[in-house]
Amino acid sequence: MIRVAVTAEPFDPVAAATALEREGAGGIATFTGLVRADDGVTTLELEHYPGMTERVLHELAQEAQRRWALSAVTVFHRVGTMAIGERIVFVGTAAAHRSPAIEAMTFLIDRLKTDAPFWKREQREAGGRWVEARRTDDEAAKRWR
Amino acid sequence: MAIEMLYFAWVREATGMGGETVAPPETVRTVADLIDWLAARGEGHARAFGEPARLRAAIDQEFVPLDHDLAGAREIAIFPPVTGG
Repeated sequence: MIRVAVTAEPFDPVAAATALEREGAGGIATFTGLVRADDGVTTLELEHYPGMTERVLHELAQEAQRRWALSAVTVFHRVGTMAIGERIVFVGTAAAHRSPAIEAMTFLIDRLKTDAPFWKREQREAGGRWVEARRTDDEAAKRWR
Repeated sequence: MAIEMLYFAWVREATGMGGETVAPPETVRTVADLIDWLAARGEGHARAFGEPARLRAAIDQEFVPLDHDLAGAREIAIFPPVTGG
């Protein structure tokens, strides 16, 4: 079972994790990413490439299912304007045992950061700034190639 | 040949548009050629496309390197490196 959604509305990570528990798995791994209050950031804006984003997320979920024995994968990503502490991304995996669940969850969040067409813009009192891609994210994603 | 261009993040802001339909000459064969050709279309475009090393591209919603051929492309998106998650 694959669930992928890109939405302007907030998502509920507890409901998403509970839905994964109904997949008959022995273990659930989840990651939730939040908007950080980095030096003066007031809000975060997320832009994406409609159509391509959903397709890439679905392909990453399918790749995770090929590489690990998973009963379900969920990927939710917010777009639009978010306040500090709001949830940006949720990745959840369900598997018979902990190892595939945890590894696949890490794979998904690492690869999502470099493969899915999202762009972050940080808003501060002084104005907005597009976030630069980080080399450490590229290195984290390369581990899985 | 008409190509639907899409621009995201600061490429969209610099050009002042989310996209446009372009018909580059036949001498424009690769994404890198197209970026150079777009840079000559105006002041905003020069800012957006002046430094190809800062840009990434997708043809028909698949990431491609900048030396990729344009043959058969219907939709080409130009954008900065992605920063989601």
